[in-house]
Amino acid sequence: MNLLDYPSNARFYDEVFRAPNRAREGMGPLAQYLRRLESQQVRSKRDAAELAIRTLGISFTVYSDGANIDRQWPFDIVPRIIHGSEWDGIEQGLKQRLQALNQFITDIYNEQHIIKEGIIPADILLSSRDYRPECQGVKPKYNVWAHICGSDLIRDHTGQFLVLEDNLRVPSGVSYMLENRNVSKRVVPELLNKLPIRPMDDYPSQLFDTLCSISPRAKKRPEVVVLTPGIYNSAYFEHAFLAQRMGAELVEGGDLFVDSDDCVYMKTVEGASRVDVIYRRIDDLFLDPEVFHPGSMLGVPGLMRAWLNGNVALANAPGVGVADDKVVYTYVPDMIRFYLGEEPILPNVPSYLCSDPDQRAFVLDHLESLVVKPANESGGYGMFIGSKAAPEEFDEITRLIKKSPRNYMAQPIISLSTAPTLIDQQLEPRHVDLRPFTLQGAESYVTAGGLTRVALVKGSLVVNSSQGGGSKDTWVVDFDRVH
Amino acid sequence: MLSRVAERLYWFGRYLERAESTARLLSVYTNLLLDLPNVQFLWPALVQITGYEQGFHQRFKHTTERNVVRFLLDDPRCSLRYCVTQARENVRTSRDLMPNEAWEKINELQLLLSQTDLGRISREDRHILLSNVIDLCLELTGYLSGSMSRQLPYYFLKIGRQIERADMTTRVIDVACLNLMSSRTESDEASDNILWMGVLSSLNGYQMYRQEMQERVQGLLVTEFLMRDDAFPRSVRHAILEAKESLSRLPRHADAKTLAEALSDQLGDLDVASVIDSGRLHAFIDDIQADISAIHANISETWFLR
Repeated sequence: MNLLDYPSNARFYDEVFRAPNRAREGMGPLAQYLRRLESQQVRSKRDAAELAIRTLGISFTVYSDGANIDRQWPFDIVPRIIHGSEWDGIEQGLKQRLQALNQFITDIYNEQHIIKEGIIPADILLSSRDYRPECQGVKPKYNVWAHICGSDLIRDHTGQFLVLEDNLRVPSGVSYMLENRNVSKRVVPELLNKLPIRPMDDYPSQLFDTLCSISPRAKKRPEVVVLTPGIYNSAYFEHAFLAQRMGAELVEGGDLFVDSDDCVYMKTVEGASRVDVIYRRIDDLFLDPEVFHPGSMLGVPGLMRAWLNGNVALANAPGVGVADDKVVYTYVPDMIRFYLGEEPILPNVPSYLCSDPDQRAFVLDHLESLVVKPANESGGYGMFIGSKAAPEEFDEITRLIKKSPRNYMAQPIISLSTAPTLIDQQLEPRHVDLRPFTLQGAESYVTAGGLTRVALVKGSLVVNSSQGGGSKDTWVVDFDRVH
Repeated sequence: MLSRVAERLYWFGRYLERAESTARLLSVYTNLLLDLPNVQFLWPALVQITGYEQGFHQRFKHTTERNVVRFLLDDPRCSLRYCVTQARENVRTSRDLMPNEAWEKINELQLLLSQTDLGRISREDRHILLSNVIDLCLELTGYLSGSMSRQLPYYFLKIGRQIERADMTTRVIDVACLNLMSSRTESDEASDNILWMGVLSSLNGYQMYRQEMQERVQGLLVTEFLMRDDAFPRSVRHAILEAKESLSRLPRHADAKTLAEALSDQLGDLDVASVIDSGRLHAFIDDIQADISAIHANISETWFLR
């Protein structure tokens, strides 16, 4: 492929090229590989990738009766490469961040030191939509609430990684991360072989160990289950995938019940069998119809009672959402200093809080160059992008911010880095982000790399799969070990 | 093993078996009509076998070949298409318990049926379609019995198939006896033999019957063979014995096993001639069906109740 035409735009950081046809340090083998690919090979590799996805994908697309309940995952064959030495820092930063977040959640539902010390204003927390008064006084094992975290990272125009979001509720995508590596093995084995890439396929075992470590009963092999809303959930493929890889039962709400001893049991052909740990993939509010949505058919009546009595572990714990709020996010660097006495390793994206009068005035004056986000939404919903908004949207967001400033925060429009992506038969720069997965139980663990999402539409910054996003395999490469 | 998963595997087994036997029945009876063009009572008999006569008459005015074929292939609550869809619905959440090929085959079946206009299929195409369906069902069961470990998932699936098989064979015999042993004239005798051969073939039993009974085909012996032979895979007794064997591998099986044992003993002691003489054959078959239902109810109560 001809790389002389690969455009370089100084406004964005490109993951592979620092200037046209000039590869960054360590990216030589990838650039050379791409350069040598004949268009015939490009076509056949792309076909091979499609075939591999279909074969793996049969498992998640053939479900389609009428409505396609799981769409195929567009995969770009060009991998995204990250230096091992850079990754080590990110890994430390992610562990540090999750530790601070977990201490924060424990604090919020208990002594609230961080409020008493004046680090975070009380009203910000108590007005959070995901603050659960039911969790007051609870201290889960190791004081860990968020056992699984899927942070969204981006690189700014200088190449610095920043944390865009901490996804603590029910982060998904890890199965696609693992499947992408399987597709790469079939499609670009020559390149994969040439580089010392850190393996990532031990994630299911690490997840299983993390879940076992939080079991309330000291058992050699606690009963761990994955709780899914069922086959019509868009992430069902992932739920089944993880359950199978962990050797855990995949259960629906109707398979579980809470007995008069406040313990959770599953209904098996042998009779009732006690459950120790539930990796729940349903939202807080559907967990227990006795406490939350009374009409929920997805949850288990009495589950909160069992959890509050310490008879079952829930991962992630109910109430974690309080720390997964775009306003609370702005305080994470302060939390790291407050709880750990350390400087944050990974910076936040600069943010403005609309609840603060000065910052609000700044936001309202600079809307055209900002992204405004509602505090509690995820998946890009309700987002205002100043550079693309119509005049009436400016009026609307101004009205919304003035009406409930607590619910909004703003960030500069960030120049997500780009990576060479195969578009038709040519490489073109497309914007990417990165979602690594961090685990915390008795110990901490970070996946080697993560899920790289790519905005396939030219110039687009939206990487969500529901809005024209695709994905790339992500390779953490230890270049010092290249022979 | 989760009760829900066990229940779904059991129903997968039942629907798969029902799909195969529906295809076989239709295929055999279509052939019979080529031999005996005048036996139009066969079409109502096919509807009777399904046990959903009411549903048929709500939808169709006349019991013609065309309507019966449509009913058996395409009815939304009782047809080959329905059985395949239900079989697939029941396993798609338990796919990892069976070999991948089995899942692919069930998708192939579904695809085959969705690509065909089942309401308007010609006799010629019908024959090809049905033999393709039967082949796919056999490939599927081949993958299941050749690759699944003899563990709980396999046993639940197998019990479902055997219970359905016992039930279906009983229906086929019941309907055959109603139509063939009623007051018909002497001149019907020649065609009767061809019809009893058809009954055997619809259960794939003609050759095995000849080997076992070493007698020409006649109603009484065919009935006896299909009810109490302990070696022929589609006889009621054999299906119950197989179900009993699989039941005994399950935890908490005492009651279900006792029920299956009692039924297989009763079938073993059956003297068809004297039952027919006393005019109780239909009542007897009704009792057998009630016993099969009782075993199903016990299975459901013991392992599935949620």
